[in-house]
Amino acid sequence: MGWVAIKMLAGDRTKFFGLIFGVSFAAFMMSQQVSVFIGIVRRSASQIVDVRDAPIWVMDSRIRHLDEVPGLPATDLTRVRSVPGVDWAVPFHKGQGLAKLANGESRSVVVMGLDDATLVGAPVEMLAGELADLHKPDAVIIDKAGYEYMWPSEAKSLAREGYRLNRTFEINDRRAIVVGVCRASSPFVTLPLLYTRFSQSSRYTPERNAMNFVLARAKPGENEQEVCRRIQEATGRLALTREQFFWKTIHYFLASTGIPVNFGITIALGFLVGVAIAGQTFYLFVVENLKQFGSLKAMGVRDSKIVGMVLLQGLVVGFAGYCIGVGLSAGFFTMTNTMTHLAGLYLRGEAMVGVAGAVAAIILFATFVSVRRLLVLEPAIVFRG
Amino acid sequence: MLTFAQEAASYETLDSNATAVICCGVTKEFGRGDGKSIALRGVDLDVAAGEMTLLVGPSGCGKTTLISIVAGLLDPTEGEIHVLGQDLRVLKGHKLVDFRGANLGFVFQQYNLLPALSAVENAAIPLIALGIKRREAIERAGELLNAVGLGSKLKAMPSQLSGGQQQRVAIARALGHEPKLLVCDEPTAALDAESGRVAMELLRKVAVQPGRAVIVVTHDNRIFDYGQTIVHMSDGRVVEVERGNA
Ligand SMILES: Nc1ncnc2c1ncn2[C@@H]1O[C@H](COP(=O)(O)OP(=O)(O)OP(=O)(O)O)[C@@H](O)[C@H]1O
Ligand SMILES: [Mg+2]
Repeated sequence: MGWVAIKMLAGDRTKFFGLIFGVSFAAFMMSQQVSVFIGIVRRSASQIVDVRDAPIWVMDSRIRHLDEVPGLPATDLTRVRSVPGVDWAVPFHKGQGLAKLANGESRSVVVMGLDDATLVGAPVEMLAGELADLHKPDAVIIDKAGYEYMWPSEAKSLAREGYRLNRTFEINDRRAIVVGVCRASSPFVTLPLLYTRFSQSSRYTPERNAMNFVLARAKPGENEQEVCRRIQEATGRLALTREQFFWKTIHYFLASTGIPVNFGITIALGFLVGVAIAGQTFYLFVVENLKQFGSLKAMGVRDSKIVGMVLLQGLVVGFAGYCIGVGLSAGFFTMTNTMTHLAGLYLRGEAMVGVAGAVAAIILFATFVSVRRLLVLEPAIVFRG
Repeated sequence: MLTFAQEAASYETLDSNATAVICCGVTKEFGRGDGKSIALRGVDLDVAAGEMTLLVGPSGCGKTTLISIVAGLLDPTEGEIHVLGQDLRVLKGHKLVDFRGANLGFVFQQYNLLPALSAVENAAIPLIALGIKRREAIERAGELLNAVGLGSKLKAMPSQLSGGQQQRVAIARALGHEPKLLVCDEPTAALDAESGRVAMELLRKVAVQPGRAVIVVTHDNRIFDYGQTIVHMSDGRVVEVERGNA
């Protein structure tokens, strides 16, 4: 009877498209918002993810997240280095400064100071210039989005003329020369990211102790957790694996900002709209076809078959709506990926799975309400006018 | 007391004009308290196989209620119903549904065709419900539509057919699985005189068969001549039975 169910469903054009529209809309809204949400929350920890060469982060023990880092005394570096199981340890600085451009405008910037000798924590992908040029005096490397943010009037001619290297500006009254442009994950606040040598970054920011992280690696064969524990014991500082620090920062953002609530409301609205439109339309569809279902019952079609038919109808609507909605979402992210402030956001697997669950819930709800009507249906209604 | 199988078997062995339906003291009440209405007040009725029985009477006298009960679509408040040797009271749930599917055919006043299915697909539904493969069912339904004079309309949708044609599709649908009891509620009420006559001719020629009982509810006195037995009802009771009418 499956084909009968499909023909019944598709035969009622208005309701069929209404149903698919409702589910698509909900799936689009939910998958898009969940993806943006995950993307934005991850941004709060994106500078942790971008440091791919150091698996252990050592920091002040009272720190709550990545952007709230008091300095460490220089002696901490040697203390970490002397902990058994530590392969190497280097200083790392992350701070904010005020850049003054040649035209007199100023910009807040994030300054990252990398160990002078090893450049641990350096950007992985260069779009212009060479990473090695960071060893030159006053050299900084800026991220792509930051470049466009610092010099927005050049954004249009970028494609034609390329990045202008060796241009200068000032941070904290010190000279900075742009020697390269790199790709980096967008930070949570859309500020330019400046990479420079550690010795130089201390001059760019006013803090007394420039080193606010020690980046380290465990010797091959050592357990990272165990090494972290030893560092904590020896220094009294907090030592976390990259993964742990990432989640600590994410959890802080989830717990202490209004972002989850705002997104939660939009996502819940998408879900409710889906439930309302799909549930109501589906119910109307079934109620209007009660007599058809009644004649099937009269002609010897069992209740279980009837329920199966309704479930199949729900499945078709849910599947079509899900594919269209998630497809639209993917299209949205493809289209917006060239826009700098939306770049790096994409349709996330978690969103696809979660939305599949939500659509299934919508369909189950819609069919459940309708199936109840069918099960109590007196087949004798077939004789009523 | 006989089991279902024994009763069914004993029915099979009876001659083809045996009694197909026996109603004994059947009552039906709808609602309760002040809103209560009594549709049937104790109906005793035998319906013979091999002929057409007309059920007539004024509007609201309980005709539809009675055939709904006989067809196992509605439970009586009291009384006994035996259909084709089967006591309907002992059939519950999907057993009752299966019994209906195997033994009963229906023709409705409003045809009740599924609008999204073509004529031949509609006619195939009871066969498919019985578990016959879609292809084979459609093929057999096509032959039936031929028999009711709609061989050229197999693929037509119900909305493209006249009322009389739709009713003929419904008759084909009701007969494809060769039911032993055919129940028709006002099959001509929505049709003009000529289409009604064609439908009744069809029922008389194609539907009435040895071993099959046909019950037709009507208050269309133009078609009284088609029935061999006419059962008159009034106010929830059978008041007169004319046998050997035609
Ligand atoms: N589901 C129901 N709920 C309440 N009352 C009902 C119901 N079905 C029928 N009745 C009542 O039972 C009585 C008999 O109705 P029924 O439909 O059997 O009459 P009928 O002889 O078929 O009439 P008609 O010729 O108009 O079709 C009527 O008074 C009707 O109002
Ligand atoms: Mg009636």
